[in-house]
Order: sequence, then C-alpha cells, then structure tokens
Amino acid sequence: MSSHLSFARALSRARHESRWRPGLADQPFHSEIFASGDEASAAGLALALARDALTSQGEGGAEEDARHVLWVQDRKAMQLGGRPCVQGLPPDLRHRLIHVAAATPEDALFALEEGLKCRDFACVIGEIAGNPRALTFTTSRRLSLTAERHGVRLWLVRLDAAPDLSSARMRWQARAAPSPPPRWNPTAPGTATWHAELFRARRHAPGEWMLSDENGHLHLRPEPDKRAAAAPDFGDLVRPTVGRSLAARARA
Amino acid sequence: MLLADARALCPQLAAVPADPAGDLALLEKLALWAQRWGPWSALDPPDGLLVDTTGAAHLWGGEERLLADVAAACAARGLTARAALAPTAGAAWALAHFGPPAAILGPGDDPLRLLGGLPVAALRLDDDVLAVLRRLGVKRLSDLAGVSGEGDYPAAQAAARDALARRFRNRRSPAANPLIRLDQLLSRVPEPLLPVIARPMPMAQRRLIEPIRHRDLLDRVVSDLALDMVRTLEARGEGARRLELGLWRVDGEVLLRRIELAAATREASHITRLFAARLDDVAAGFGIEAVQLRASWSEPLSLSQADLDAAAEQHGTGLAACIDRLSVRLGPKAITRPVARASHIPERAQGWQAPLEPVPPSQGLLAFHTRPLKLLDRAERIAVLYASPDGYPQRFRWRGKLREVVRVEGPERIAPEWWRERSTARLRDYYRIEDATGRRYWIYRQGIAGDGRGGVPDWFLHGLYA
Repeated sequence: MSSHLSFARALSRARHESRWRPGLADQPFHSEIFASGDEASAAGLALALARDALTSQGEGGAEEDARHVLWVQDRKAMQLGGRPCVQGLPPDLRHRLIHVAAATPEDALFALEEGLKCRDFACVIGEIAGNPRALTFTTSRRLSLTAERHGVRLWLVRLDAAPDLSSARMRWQARAAPSPPPRWNPTAPGTATWHAELFRARRHAPGEWMLSDENGHLHLRPEPDKRAAAAPDFGDLVRPTVGRSLAARARA
Repeated sequence: MLLADARALCPQLAAVPADPAGDLALLEKLALWAQRWGPWSALDPPDGLLVDTTGAAHLWGGEERLLADVAAACAARGLTARAALAPTAGAAWALAHFGPPAAILGPGDDPLRLLGGLPVAALRLDDDVLAVLRRLGVKRLSDLAGVSGEGDYPAAQAAARDALARRFRNRRSPAANPLIRLDQLLSRVPEPLLPVIARPMPMAQRRLIEPIRHRDLLDRVVSDLALDMVRTLEARGEGARRLELGLWRVDGEVLLRRIELAAATREASHITRLFAARLDDVAAGFGIEAVQLRASWSEPLSLSQADLDAAAEQHGTGLAACIDRLSVRLGPKAITRPVARASHIPERAQGWQAPLEPVPPSQGLLAFHTRPLKLLDRAERIAVLYASPDGYPQRFRWRGKLREVVRVEGPERIAPEWWRERSTARLRDYYRIEDATGRRYWIYRQGIAGDGRGGVPDWFLHGLYA
C-alpha cells in the first residue's frame, strides 16, 4: 500500500514540473488572462492556449474536432474589443464557435457555468470587462469546481481588470509583442506574438515567455535580443548574387 | 380600381389589408368543422369546401334537410354560404357557384340536361381557357354536350370531341383542359381529393380542486404536466420544439408562458427546469385553478435507447439542453453562431444565426485576406496626426492614446456594393498595421482625396488582430 502511495507521489511530482512550458499534458481547468481592452492579444492567447491544450490532450482524435467552442462576452467587453470575426478565427474553429452575447456580467457568469456543465463543448472562453461586483472569489471558485468536475476547460479573459482574488489555477498577464518580420514582406506585421507573464500558478513557478501560435501548437519564441545573437544577419540575400555566387559568399 | 381612386369616389371607405395566409388557415379550420356532415372534407381554395356526404344524408333526414342544416349552421356563425349536393365534386361545384340556391342533383338525373344552362365557367377552368372557349363560341355547358359521347350520332360526336382534344392536346392539367373537366363532372374520370385530417396538438392539463397560491405546489403541477406531455409525445414519436403553459387564475385571468427549444426534446426534467426559470414572475392572486401545457410545435423524434451508462447520464448536459437553458435566461437572440455571408464588406461578410441550424455553404476564403480576430461593432474614428506620403498614417490617436505605426501592409481596397448602397458611398482602403508596442490593428481610410464624394477622407479603426 505504502509503495503504491509513494509511487503515485513520485509520479505526480514528476508530472508537476516547476517551470511551465507549452504542450504540457496536465493543463489546468480554469485559467485567467488579464490584458488591456485596446488589444485582442488576451483573446488570441486564450485561443492559442485552448488549441494547444486540445491538440496535446487528444492526439489525433477525429471526434474531438466536431465539438463546439463556447465564447461568452458581456456587453462591456463587446464594446471594448468587438465580437469575434469568423474569417479571422483559426480555420479549425471557424465552423464550431457558438457565441453568447450576455447583457450583464451576471448573465455572462451564468452562461459560463452552464457551458462548463455541458459535455458537448471542447472548451469555454469567457470575456468579462473590468472588475464587476458579481465576479467574486466565491463565483470564481464555483467556476473552478464546475470545470474540474465536468472536465471542460475555461479560459477567462479579463479586459482592463485589476487582478483581484480568484481561484483560477493559472493567471496570466498578456500584452502584445512586436512580431517577427514575415519572410516575404519584412515591412508587414508578422504572426501574432504575445508577451505572457505567468504571475500566479498552483504548480508552476512564475515566469515570462514570448508565445505565438503555429498551427494549433504554442510556440516559444526566443527573446528578440537572443534571436539576433543566434541567427547571423546575412542581409538581403538577393543583391550580392549579382557578381558572386551565394556559395562563394558563404565561404568568404 | 386603385384604392386612391376608390377613396376619391367614396371617402367613408374602410380598407382592410388582405390576409391570404389567414384566410387559408380559417378555411382549414372550417374544413375540419365541416366534417360534421361527412367523414371526409377537402379544401377548395380560396373560398370553397368539398365534403363527401356519401351515405350520411339519412342522419339529417334527407338531403334537403342536410342542406338546410348547412345553411343554418353557417348563418349561425356569421358565414355566407352557398351549398349544393351532387354525385360528383365537379357537378356540386358548378351548382354551388352558378346554380340555384340549395340545388340537389340526384344520382338518377342526367347532369348534362340539368346543368346545360350553366356557363362554361362552371367547369372550374382557368381564365385563359375560358377566353379560348368564348372565342370558339362555346358559352354554355349545353354547347359542350355535343362532345360528351352520349347522343344520337356517336360518329359525329366522336369527331367533334377529337377536334376539341386536338385543340387542347398540350394541356395536361385538368383546370386547363375542358374535356377532362367535363369527364370529371360526368364521373367518367376519377377526381381524387386531398382530405383534411385533424391533427390534435399534444396537450396535458390539470384542473385543481383547491386553487394553488404557492410556488412549490405549482412546480409540482408543472412537473406532473411535463411527465404527461412526455408520455403523449412518446406515443406519437415526436419531440416538442415549442411549449406553451397556460395558467388559469380564479379571477379569470390567463397567464401564458412560452418556451422554444433548440432541438426536439422529450425530457421531462429539462422541460420542468426551463419552465421553473420562467415562473418566477407569476402573480397567483387568489389562486390558480387550472394549468395546461401544450406543444404547439412538435417535430418527429425517434424513440432511442436511454443511456445504459449511468455516468454518461449524470455527467453534464447535452448541447441542445445547454442552449435551451441559456436562451431561456438570456433571450433567444443572445446565443448565435457566426457564419460567412457572400459579401466583401467586412461587417456584411459575417452573419449570426441560431446555433443548431445547418451552416449554409459558402465560398472559401482567400488565404491572403488576413482578417482580424475581433471586429468592432462600429468602426471607431481615429485622428491621424501625421500621414506618410504613401498614404497610411504614421501616428494616430485612438481612445485617447497616441500610437506610432511601425509596420504596415496594404492597402486592400474594398469597393462599395453599388447594387446595395447609394452612389455616394465611398470605397475603403484597409491597412494592417502594427504599432511600436506590437499591437496589431485593422484600419481603413474611407474614400480617397478627390473622388468627388465628399471632402477629406476619414480614418477608422475597424478590427483588432490577435
């Protein structure tokens, strides 16, 4: 008996890595992401985390893809950041998004809880602006317990909110970061990159990351200065090949 | 005559808008009511009813008494009716529309001789066919008697009938071919009628001995009614889409609560729960003495095996049940799903529809049209402080904050939809921009300078990229 217990403990300790990294198997069921209302980076990060959790959780499950995703917004969040645009969503979510436009934060919390109780949702994403009176520690604890009981993950986006008391298992502070220049048009905005700071987590140490979403997987970007040091800058590769070949230039 | 002309002639004229759908619904109700005189009845839109009274006339003491009963019953309900009785539906129609009042054609009578004086319009023909017959000189049914095939000169009649058949050889529909109509009137060709069949609404009701004034008793009654309703629906192999709960109070007031369901359901606990959310504002007054539950819209729902796995039953709700619960509290418009629509204007390229309706097929998106993750409900105007010579803003102010544009892609020009908008609508040049802190926006300039559709073009911020 005791050997079983110690084995389980060792296993759990091995699973609880102190440093968070993308693609971990045990994702928490209730996370909060704080961001400014002037940018959509919190919603983008929530979607990226959700897709990362879904892909790492169900490896190649075809029936996983048919489930819907619930996106709840209260009226203030819709005024601040607008509604989701079907053409701008990731392609695998375009046809399975159900949107709830709640008038008040109370209605939004009700919709979140009902969505967590539903077994047909892949995950639930909520957007609530500010620090409404309805969103207390008790409410967030209700959400955590419901999510853990029914096994549906919740990412709650808090726009323009102060990080007050909450029982969310992981709490992030997100903001947009300058994107890497695209390959073919360096003057254009690149793939979305976020600066994410994990400031409160039950199982992981706090830390900061530069994250981006690549085909449903979270991608860890090195800090810009490190990347500049790691990748030598060849400059524009087209012009020097006029006189000498590229191979000769690389040798030189 | 136009309504304006008629009003000029008679200013006291009362105008009532036509309601063809309502008329048809009334006619359907009347057809069901008319089954008191015979087992089958059929509609004859817009204003007629056909009742099959075969073998039923003796119940009224004869055919004359039957027609008298029809006239009395219609008059008692304020309806003006002309009734006639004949062996075939065609003959009865002709007599009711063009014959004497309460005409009866017996089974032994010669229909051509008795109906010969009626106009050819009594054959239920279309207007253009009537015009053709009028030009041919055929005005009365007796003119067509020569082609009926019953007479002294069968050869000549067959030739005349042949000539008429060749004239209408392309007309297959009975209403366009006088020969078919004539044969139907003479019962040589069968004329099937589409009978109206009553379909009672699934209903459950409770009359209470003591009027109830408390909520828990009302909940008990509603859950009993839901169980009854589920049993009724199960027997019919249907599920409810819309349910109406009527509460009769002692003082005669009727309270009505209605819920609509996202998918056909036959689950008593779900129905009870949805109504419980709608019964909070019921004022019982001196008590509620009768409660009725009706399913005014039901859809076929096959019987299915209940979940064998007990855990699956207890664990969470289904999608349709979840949507029902949300729409009962938040309203039916709050739960939607975004679908692509055929338009280039961004706010029109997306529509919202009910979550469980099938998604209409749409054209695939172009991969280089990068759209923002979130679109503002209304594009917000931005103040451009300094625009580069290329045309896009270098520095702008939005929501009170100054932003420096670092990277730009664009423009993507979206022209106004001329078939939908006024000719003065301006085009839009969309730019994807990223500011110094990495925030990505979708902005556009409405119009270009010198397009002759307004002054200096304005700048708007329309969407937020992830």
